[in-house]
Amino acid sequence: MSRYFTEEHEWIDVEGDTATVGITDYAQEQLGDIVFVELPDVGTVVEQGGDAAVVESVKAASDVYAPISGEVTEANGALEDDPALVNTSPEEDGWFFKLTISDKSELEGLMNEKTYAVFVEGL
Amino acid sequence: MNAPNKSGWKPEMTADGETIGGPPTHTGNRALMLDEALIFEIGDRNTTGVDLPQPDLAAPNRLGGLERKADIGLPGLSEPETVRHYTRLSRQNYAIDLGLFPLGSCTMKHNPRLNEKVARLPGFADLHPMAPTSTTQGALGVIYELAEWLKTLTGMPAVAMSPKAGAHGELCGILAIRAALEARGDARKVVLCPESAHGTNPATAAFAGYEVEDIPATPEGRVDLAALEARLGPDIAAVMITNPNTCGLFERDFRKIADAVHAAGALVYCDGANFNAIVGRVRPGDLGVDAMHINLHKTFSTPHGGGGPGSGPVVFSEALAPFAPLPFVEKTADGYELVEEETAGEHHARSFGRMTAFHGQMGMFTRALTYMLSHGADGLKQVSEDAVLNANYILRSLEDVLFAPYADSGPCMHEALFGDKGFAEGMSTLDLAKGLIDEGFHPMTMYFPLVVHGAMLVEPTETESKAALDQFIGAMRSVASRAIAGDESLKTAPHYAPMRRLDETLAARKPVLAWADPGIV
Repeated sequence: MSRYFTEEHEWIDVEGDTATVGITDYAQEQLGDIVFVELPDVGTVVEQGGDAAVVESVKAASDVYAPISGEVTEANGALEDDPALVNTSPEEDGWFFKLTISDKSELEGLMNEKTYAVFVEGL
Repeated sequence: MNAPNKSGWKPEMTADGETIGGPPTHTGNRALMLDEALIFEIGDRNTTGVDLPQPDLAAPNRLGGLERKADIGLPGLSEPETVRHYTRLSRQNYAIDLGLFPLGSCTMKHNPRLNEKVARLPGFADLHPMAPTSTTQGALGVIYELAEWLKTLTGMPAVAMSPKAGAHGELCGILAIRAALEARGDARKVVLCPESAHGTNPATAAFAGYEVEDIPATPEGRVDLAALEARLGPDIAAVMITNPNTCGLFERDFRKIADAVHAAGALVYCDGANFNAIVGRVRPGDLGVDAMHINLHKTFSTPHGGGGPGSGPVVFSEALAPFAPLPFVEKTADGYELVEEETAGEHHARSFGRMTAFHGQMGMFTRALTYMLSHGADGLKQVSEDAVLNANYILRSLEDVLFAPYADSGPCMHEALFGDKGFAEGMSTLDLAKGLIDEGFHPMTMYFPLVVHGAMLVEPTETESKAALDQFIGAMRSVASRAIAGDESLKTAPHYAPMRRLDETLAARKPVLAWADPGIV
């Protein structure tokens, strides 16, 4: 399994043709206390860089973009009851949705853990 | 610079700034400031303020068995109890009539009492919108005159008076743009909004069926013209820009932006929420705007912020005028005429429809026209000059203690923008805002625009005196230095408000939206 990152602070775990998407620890830190997460319906086809979910904190509501194109296969229902999971476990239990990848070559433009750390450092 | 806030109730403090002096009272109240319970908690089932006759329940009704049979659980209160309840609550409210209200982007200025007097004249206040126009000539005249003033002030040839507020006006403008594009058979799909746009802009575009894309800003806080030009193309329907923008800056390249947008076949929507800063000085029509809403409740002092309904007339360019919504008022040799569907056929056939059932917010029209006539053209010019002067006074008086990201971008317009850079670890904009409440000031707009970290947007408006601004600046400097020094007591502010710091996260995550009778399980 390999993990990639976007400049919009999403992470994506890739395992075969499926991927799991969430927002990074840096993103949750910037947003502050998360109070609501709107997840895509299963079956939604998302495009790389397109709107996929919405995350709302006490400060602001932000779009979460799809790191790559694909079809949503599962949404993390736990976030509906407990959106705070995004704060406490952003890169594990607080995942947003899973999808089947439609074009693996799209992964090439994403960052790995090291380059993302450097990217965040520069912000 | 360290002027105290002279108004306001002064609690007696001990040296630690925490406790209120004097022995605790039997009731828990503080002098004549009264705490107030929920109306359900003070009401009972044995009291009533109205002497209703016993209903004849045996008489036949036409409810078909759907009549309610159980107690509906409303609290019973006498009339004086009801009056006192709401009056006590109103004393806990904060309003523009009590003090400075520095909410950025909201233009919380004084509402002249002359406006109120005129709006209450029975010839305006008691009219029914369906009264025959022969009996409402005066009111139609007000709508017409106000429309003429708005067209003159904006340099635009047409105006729709009916939209009910800013976001409704945006929708009206974008629907006119869509109608114009559809009329030329041009199905464009994308609307561009700057990163610092009011949230209502992208929401409006999405509601009207468009995809929304961001336009980046330059480091100095203005629209990046080169990036915008690079994105323009046959799929762009419109560009929505706020001018002055939400960083408090005038978009100097607006004319170039509009020319580029028009050259690409798209249209320019201007969010006129900040018109207060340029009224009488700049005509949006000269900048190439195709549609712009005007918040009468901001620029022309019809009350808002819980104090009254908004009103958002939209001015249109020649290109969009044929598509403007109905109804509107025309002046004929016989007086004023209301142009509606039945009469629009010949000369306004391409109108996209209606935004509202009737003519618009009549109570706001009378207030706004009163404001314009009492100020005159010269007075309105001074309004924007004083608004800009006051904001710059705030910006330059605070930039040495608070991070001002665009301080070097030239003078600000009607609002001054600060960020939380320089605060001690763990201190936030929210903490500063709560500290400001202790100082007796309503906080500024927080965390907007999103392009500045921990944003604080201060709009003093033109109706504040230098003395009032000095008091506010003194309070801001004091609280800001506590945030920079990492004063832990700021984390638990407010200390002197009727309620201490509320758990906003819990309130948002697990809101309790309805009172439940503790006796009913």
